Amino acid sequence: MDFNLTDDRRMLKESLSRFLQDRYGFETRNEIAGSEQGFSRELWAQMAELGLIGAMLPEEVGGFGGEGFDVMTVMEELGRAIVVEPVLPTAVLGAGILAEAGSDSQKGLLEKVISGELLLAFAHGEPQSRYSLSDITCQAERTNGDWVLDGQKAVVLNGDAADKIIVSARTSGTDDDEDGLTLFLIDTDAKGISRRGYATVDGGRAAEITLEDVAVGEDAVIGELGKAFPVIEEAIGRGILAVCAEALGAMDVAKDMTLEFLQTRKQFGVPLGKFQVLQHRMVEMCLEIEQARSATILAAGRMKEDRATREAALSAAKNLVGRSARLVAEESIQMHGGIGMTWEYALPHFAKRLTMIDHLFGDADHHLERFAALSQAS
Amino acid sequence: MDMNFTPEEIAFRDEVRGFLKDKLPEALAAKVKGGKRLLKGDYELWHTRLNERGWLAWHWPVDHGGTGWTPIEKHIFEEECVAAGAPRVVPFGLNMLGPVLIKFGSDEQRAHYLPRILNGDDWWCQGYSEPGSGSDLASLKTKAVRDGDHYLVNGQKTWTTLGHFADWIFCLVRTDSDCKPQQGISFLLIDMKTPGITVRPIVTLDGEHEVNEVFFEDVRVPVGNLVGEENKGWTYAKYLLTYERTGIAGVAFAKNGLAHLKQVAARQMKGRKPLAQDPLFASRVAQVEIDLMAMETFNLRTVSAAQHGGVPGVESSMLKIKGTEIRQEITDLLRRALGPYAAPFVPEGLDEGYNEPPIGPDYANPVASQYFNMRKVSIYGGSNEIQKNIVAKMMLGL
Repeated sequence: MDFNLTDDRRMLKESLSRFLQDRYGFETRNEIAGSEQGFSRELWAQMAELGLIGAMLPEEVGGFGGEGFDVMTVMEELGRAIVVEPVLPTAVLGAGILAEAGSDSQKGLLEKVISGELLLAFAHGEPQSRYSLSDITCQAERTNGDWVLDGQKAVVLNGDAADKIIVSARTSGTDDDEDGLTLFLIDTDAKGISRRGYATVDGGRAAEITLEDVAVGEDAVIGELGKAFPVIEEAIGRGILAVCAEALGAMDVAKDMTLEFLQTRKQFGVPLGKFQVLQHRMVEMCLEIEQARSATILAAGRMKEDRATREAALSAAKNLVGRSARLVAEESIQMHGGIGMTWEYALPHFAKRLTMIDHLFGDADHHLERFAALSQAS
Repeated sequence: MDMNFTPEEIAFRDEVRGFLKDKLPEALAAKVKGGKRLLKGDYELWHTRLNERGWLAWHWPVDHGGTGWTPIEKHIFEEECVAAGAPRVVPFGLNMLGPVLIKFGSDEQRAHYLPRILNGDDWWCQGYSEPGSGSDLASLKTKAVRDGDHYLVNGQKTWTTLGHFADWIFCLVRTDSDCKPQQGISFLLIDMKTPGITVRPIVTLDGEHEVNEVFFEDVRVPVGNLVGEENKGWTYAKYLLTYERTGIAGVAFAKNGLAHLKQVAARQMKGRKPLAQDPLFASRVAQVEIDLMAMETFNLRTVSAAQHGGVPGVESSMLKIKGTEIRQEITDLLRRALGPYAAPFVPEGLDEGYNEPPIGPDYANPVASQYFNMRKVSIYGGSNEIQKNIVAKMMLGL
């Protein structure tokens, strides 16, 4: 048993940390987040060069990692700088699906993803599906040897900048059947795709995507026809692990900023940190962060276990991170007082990202229910 | 990152399991797991079995009878014992006094007391808390005044766990009042049979007698019973408190409790369906299970850090807080799971040999009492508020 990082991961963590400290200060970050594109192509290319994308993918497809702890190492560092570049949709979700289920030619695209030249998005959730992974109504029908897709995809991360999107659609079944889902890889400039891009409250970008008679060939199908659900669940599982780790980094920074504030800000002639009521609230924050970290480590370590074990650990982590991230976000704003309410100060942007992570891939309540169901089934 | 035990550690775990299967009587394990009352002889039997195997004093250095186990092996041993339903080893002589004597005692004291602790000849209890000093231990007032070859001890100790079984008590006493409170304290070993000592039971809110008050009236204690130097007792007491506390999180206790809770929830009915299938109750159980999973990993991270040479610091305090919160939550859910059958109070039903049919389900009797009893865990051993003060100071520098 050893909870230390391997040398390779430690080196990756250190170089990423240095890079972000040098190039990705808070003001730069806010400038990028507020730009029209919502991220920096230049920094994206530099991140790719650092090996950040390759670290999330296995060797078979040209990466040099791809395990749970690789994802955790990278994402935690990104969380420390609340990076807005589309790492999650491109490297974790999109590339993850292609590496897992793609055909040889689809896997061949990963070289360009790893080098930073190709951006991806996973267009899965729909206006009615909330956090369900199987409530999909987007239809794909076979017509004259082509597949024709119709439907609407909601809050697609990086949906407006992606070069290619992975779209989930029904090829059989109805409503929320797990059976009958198929994934398609589609160019975003394909005829019939319209995208309405927008900023998100935590600094990234997403899009509503409408597919109207979008025709693609057989080679667009990813994996087995009608059997995409396990691939989707595993992709979302990697996404859950990624945002849990990202939250750990962001929580650590929010906690450190709050601690420093308590040590320096004076009221009634003494530093705020002298007040026991605030000391105990700081300790409670630290305790919940340790719990969240432990749950995330457990989930990372169980990514290769059987489905029930893996998914229970992921739901446990997402639930705990959801609760602790909200606590850290709200408490760190409260303990900062008025300054915690201002746009120009960094802390509230960490708080916003921490809060919105709960809205990705299922919130604390969703995963509590799911954990209970998984635990009853086992 | 490697979250698995090594083959050697798994072999060790199997060895511990084999020992528990052979040497822990099933009836005793059933008593422990069923929340029944333990007799003095129950504790003594398990103490003896462990001593025979050489596994009693695993906290001690090898040349005094310790096992030389690694932090992970110690962790495995504690977990397996609790999981199997072994009675707790009464810690006062073995885990508290023993290490203090080994570090600060005289050769004579070590030669005399340590073998007697191992053999179970002396049952020790702890004389720290006083009516006027709870979490503020250094404010203690029990006085020891030098009188020739003796100290004359006057005062009162309280919350003395299992003091009614004890042959000896180790006490913090005040030997100097003209200095900072911490600097005038000494560490004294007192024979409970000495004239002037009175033990009175304290019945706790669950109706049980586990703790006592101990009164000292002109009790004459030979000066040879002083441990270390006069007025240095606070140092020894602190050493004892910071002494390795691997089991402080109580993970195995909580896991047993959770398993029991799930069994009870599967048998209790709500709306003609098992309570376990009620969405609200199932969510509450899931929540505590998630917290426990995370804490188990947190605990393993701490144990593993110790294995790699780290020194556990504030982690002990953090694990104490979280561990006690989780154990309290589990007993709270157990109590609520019973519905109206949490109410019957039949203390005699917890005694061995009680043959009346149970009132309500057979698991119901100890549940509410255990819930009330479990309120103590966030109070004793440094209340959770004190633990937060420690973390705030040591980790956060506040």
